[in-house]
Amino acid sequence: MGKMLKRLGASVREYKAPSILAPVFVILEVVMEVVIPLLMAKMIDNGINKGNMKYIVFLGIGLLVSAIASLLFGVMAGNKAAEASAGFAKNLRKDMYYNVQNYSFSNIDKFSTASIVTRLTTDVTNIQNAYQMIIRMAVRAPIMLIVCLCVSFSINAKLALIFAGVIPVLAIGLTFISTKVHPVFKRVFKTYDKLNNVVQENLHGIRVVKSFVREDYEIKKFEDISQNIYKDFSWAEKILAFNMPIMQTCMYTCMLLISWIGARLIVAGGNASGAGLTTGELVSFIQYSMMILMSLMMLSMIFVMVILSRASAERIVEILDEKSDIKNLQNPVYDVKDGRITFENVSFAYRSDADKLCLDNINIDIASGETVGIIGGTGASKTTFVNLIPRLYDVTKGAVKVGGLNVREYDIEALREQVSVVLQKNELFSGTIFENLRWGNENATDEECIAMAKLAQADDFIQKFPDKYNTYIEQGGTNVSGGQKQRICIARALLKKPRILILDDSTSAVDTKTDALIRKAFKEEIPDTTKLIIAQRISSVQDADKIIVMDDGRISAVGKHEELLLNSSIYREVYESQVKGGDDNE
Amino acid sequence: MSKEMSKDMQKGFPEDNNKRKKPGLKSIDMITVKRLMSYLKKHKLKLILVILCIALSALASAGSSLFLGKLIDDYISPLLLMSVPDYSELIRAIVFMAVIYMAGVVSGLLYNRLMAVVSQSVLKEIRDEMFEHMQTLPIRYFDTHTHGDVMSHYTNDTDTLRQMISQSVPQVIASVVTIISVLIMMLVLSIPLTVFVVIAVFLILQVTGKVTGKSGSYFIRQQEAIGNLNGYIEEMINGQKVVKVFCHEEKAKEGFDKKNEELCINATAANKYANILGPITNNMGYVLYVLIAIVGGALGIYKVTNISLTGVGTVTLGTIASFLQLSRNFMQPLGQVSQQLSSVVMAMAGASRIFELIDEEPEADEGYVTLVNVEKVNGELRETEKRTRLWAWKYPKKDGTVTYTELKGQVVLDNVDFGYTPEKIVLHDIDIYAEPGQKVAFVGATGAGKTTITNLINRFYDIADGKIRYDGININKIKKSDLRRSLGVVLQDVNLFTGTVMDNIRYGRLDATDEECVKAAKLANADSFIRMLPEGYNTILKGDGSGLSQGQRQLISIARAAVADPPVMILDEATSSIDTRTEAIVQKGMDALMEGRTVFVIAHRLSTVKNSDVIMVLEQGSIIERGSHDRLIEKKGKYYQLYTGAFELE
Repeated sequence: MGKMLKRLGASVREYKAPSILAPVFVILEVVMEVVIPLLMAKMIDNGINKGNMKYIVFLGIGLLVSAIASLLFGVMAGNKAAEASAGFAKNLRKDMYYNVQNYSFSNIDKFSTASIVTRLTTDVTNIQNAYQMIIRMAVRAPIMLIVCLCVSFSINAKLALIFAGVIPVLAIGLTFISTKVHPVFKRVFKTYDKLNNVVQENLHGIRVVKSFVREDYEIKKFEDISQNIYKDFSWAEKILAFNMPIMQTCMYTCMLLISWIGARLIVAGGNASGAGLTTGELVSFIQYSMMILMSLMMLSMIFVMVILSRASAERIVEILDEKSDIKNLQNPVYDVKDGRITFENVSFAYRSDADKLCLDNINIDIASGETVGIIGGTGASKTTFVNLIPRLYDVTKGAVKVGGLNVREYDIEALREQVSVVLQKNELFSGTIFENLRWGNENATDEECIAMAKLAQADDFIQKFPDKYNTYIEQGGTNVSGGQKQRICIARALLKKPRILILDDSTSAVDTKTDALIRKAFKEEIPDTTKLIIAQRISSVQDADKIIVMDDGRISAVGKHEELLLNSSIYREVYESQVKGGDDNE
Repeated sequence: MSKEMSKDMQKGFPEDNNKRKKPGLKSIDMITVKRLMSYLKKHKLKLILVILCIALSALASAGSSLFLGKLIDDYISPLLLMSVPDYSELIRAIVFMAVIYMAGVVSGLLYNRLMAVVSQSVLKEIRDEMFEHMQTLPIRYFDTHTHGDVMSHYTNDTDTLRQMISQSVPQVIASVVTIISVLIMMLVLSIPLTVFVVIAVFLILQVTGKVTGKSGSYFIRQQEAIGNLNGYIEEMINGQKVVKVFCHEEKAKEGFDKKNEELCINATAANKYANILGPITNNMGYVLYVLIAIVGGALGIYKVTNISLTGVGTVTLGTIASFLQLSRNFMQPLGQVSQQLSSVVMAMAGASRIFELIDEEPEADEGYVTLVNVEKVNGELRETEKRTRLWAWKYPKKDGTVTYTELKGQVVLDNVDFGYTPEKIVLHDIDIYAEPGQKVAFVGATGAGKTTITNLINRFYDIADGKIRYDGININKIKKSDLRRSLGVVLQDVNLFTGTVMDNIRYGRLDATDEECVKAAKLANADSFIRMLPEGYNTILKGDGSGLSQGQRQLISIARAAVADPPVMILDEATSSIDTRTEAIVQKGMDALMEGRTVFVIAHRLSTVKNSDVIMVLEQGSIIERGSHDRLIEKKGKYYQLYTGAFELE
């Protein structure tokens, strides 16, 4: 718990001043709150009850002044608290988001998008509310509590012992509630994640849902989760509902005990001051005890807030604590010498406890500037193989070298600047085509962008759009076709001017002719760049310097097209399936 | 990038300002309130009980202050005058109070627990209704709304509602009860002074109303900013891997910072106004106190006639003293109510967004022809519950009789025009005759309208002109769900759902046995790789099957369609990420499954479509060539050029 607070507290930063000022103003406000009732009491005793109009006006002015001061302090406290809590929330979101940006691929695989989004919004809002409540009340309540306790002990210690009896009961009650409720809330939030996940999947896959007519099935799925939330949440709230009655019981018990014991004390002492308790003292004692109980009430409200937000806090800390397992070394190398790639006894598994390796003892040497084709069946680990080169994952065993140096020794950003991957599952972002292209190089001129688009054979169709390169791409790139999207992605990767270019099945939706044109352009325009091309079509790789045939996490053969036709049965089969096409049915 | 963005923002702002023209309290429109009430009405009995309990617990605390006020004068002072103190009077009072307190505590517990159930079940109902309704919406809705936006109805908007129902509503009820009881007590003391207080409070409310309005409008803006940020985070996190590959982290942070800052500004403003409400009402209360003291003091001192509920008399000083106390008790709940108002404003804004979703026009379906399984008995079709792999269209006639037409899979598009918007027609004069059992392929550049045609057959979109007939029946007459059940679809963009591999395959037909699913997986050539997964068929897929390769995901989606065993199949680039060797195997399996049934195929690889009965070549929304592979080659037209690589397909 303490560690968690420290972790969250680190995000307060520039909002420390308002975070401290808010309670200071609160204290001033509390002072006024104590002064004003005193003035009021005086006004009644000496003004109204004695019919002294002058005194009433005099104190009235004093009260007005105090009210204005109190208003001022209250407004300041409110302002500072708002500033502090909203700012804290902002920093928290920022820290989380920045840390997510540091995640490696394997970190990203761990969290679902829906869960990251709810953590960044709903959970942070919970914390923001709790924080505001705490800085506004956390000072007020204890100060009031302590001051009033001291005063009441000074009035009559015996009577004040009642509090000593009641407060522990209260503490135990509240702790009990907390331990009961916390795990339920934790579960509720997990269930919320599930619910959001269903919504998200339905939004993405609505066509699948509709074509399989699974609306009712999805509704049932949603409602089951929704029902769980209902059950857990209402159960937790039902337990939390004990909070108030426990408070009230303690409060009312105090009142009755004070009335009874106070009366006995007064009677026993004959209402003489010094002998026990006077009626006047009892009146003020009751007032102070009211204040004590009010502040206890506030504390319990804070307490509920904290319980509610603890689960959120934990979820936030999870994001903050997730550390990227891929980090720069102490003195990283920034310069990638050339585009040579070497795999030395490389083995890889996504999970350390997996009993099967995704890549099993890979050894290969690719010279700088070579064009290498990679062919293999679905699930042969082709993608995994190339993902190790820009260090998207770290190898489990062995070493991957780029430019003769282990990839771990490079500065990650420098390495990835030089190793450009066009991912299989690629995304465009909402923005114009120009903006999307400039992901590759933000300083690229319009001409450079167009040149690379031409290289990727994307210029033709872009020119046909009414807004050309300023055409706005919708979220997820839904307003361009698959083949168009792929070519924009290739152009984007080319703008990096990398030493190594990796195309992970990036032309699958592009026709053969265009595909050939892209390869031709590569050969002519970027001859020094090492090109790795994963493809399904033999035609995409057949003129490569080297073709790697992968099968089940291993390299089954390496060679040129003609050699492989002779030596590799897998390659031959793939080739035949494509050349003959559907002929075997005729 | 920034230039474009600022342009976009300029575009966005004036509209937003229009939307925000009438912020604050006035944005609580009564229709939304009424609709929310209709949800609460279902819990009428519980709510009545809640109100009673709240009243009881408020009265208990009011009773407490009454008792303590009288403790000294009525109970303790008399004791001092007795030579032998008789405590019985005091004990009786304490016991009496204890009973009242108990009642207060128990009713407090009761209403809190009841409210927990009421608020959570209202929320559940709204949530469920939202999702249920979302499922009925046409594809067009999903085309035009960003996911982040829709998501925030389920998260932020529902959240604000929860806060309002479970916190603000009880709080407001309790305050109202207290205010009314205090008001009655004040009337008992003095009617003129009460009128004075009411007028003063009315003026105070004008001020707090303004502040509340301000805070409310900022809270609404805050919600909008959250929605905005939501959308951005969603998009960026979805594309996080691309961000990494391009080392675009800094840029991604920049965009985030901007939206985050905007949210912070609005949140600060909203909370500032909300926070100062308390001090304002409190201190206005003090001012009122002084005013009452002066006015009342003057009344008392100059012995002005007083009218009260109990009669007519003069203002006594005691009356004024008690009245002053009461005025404080009056202001306190008012302060509490005004503090709740901003959250009410926010919740109402959330509720109206939720209702907007619920009010979206659902997909129209006027179809009445249904799809049933049939068996042939003596050459006649008879409806059956069994899976016979024989289907018929059940056609209810006006006179009450029913005819059965065997599902053969003949699909005819006759002069079909279509556009996503009426101004822009993307398909022109499409004529297609797919005879039962034929394999019909669509070939053409991306954007030529291949997928659009299949989207018309399963009525994701409705045609603008022409007719589509399915076994001679106009597809508008067929119930949409039955139409879609008759068409198995495999899309290029695979969507898998969180759950096991087995669950995902079974999605095609929910009552399929494990064996049937495995059989389908084998047919799709997915069985071998599935067995290699850590838990085989029980491996849980998360995040759209992110652990699988694109090809593997396509194989699962083919298995999913295969297990459905539909009479007609649409394969839209279904094998684009599968290697050709595997594709050949898959194709053989699918051909066997679909033997004698109609299949529509869209593919880029001509090898995929070569063995089709009819190949349609599309260009810019029109069919320019049709025929078998051999015929088209003979014809030496576009297809021939495509096949020989002499023409670019884009």
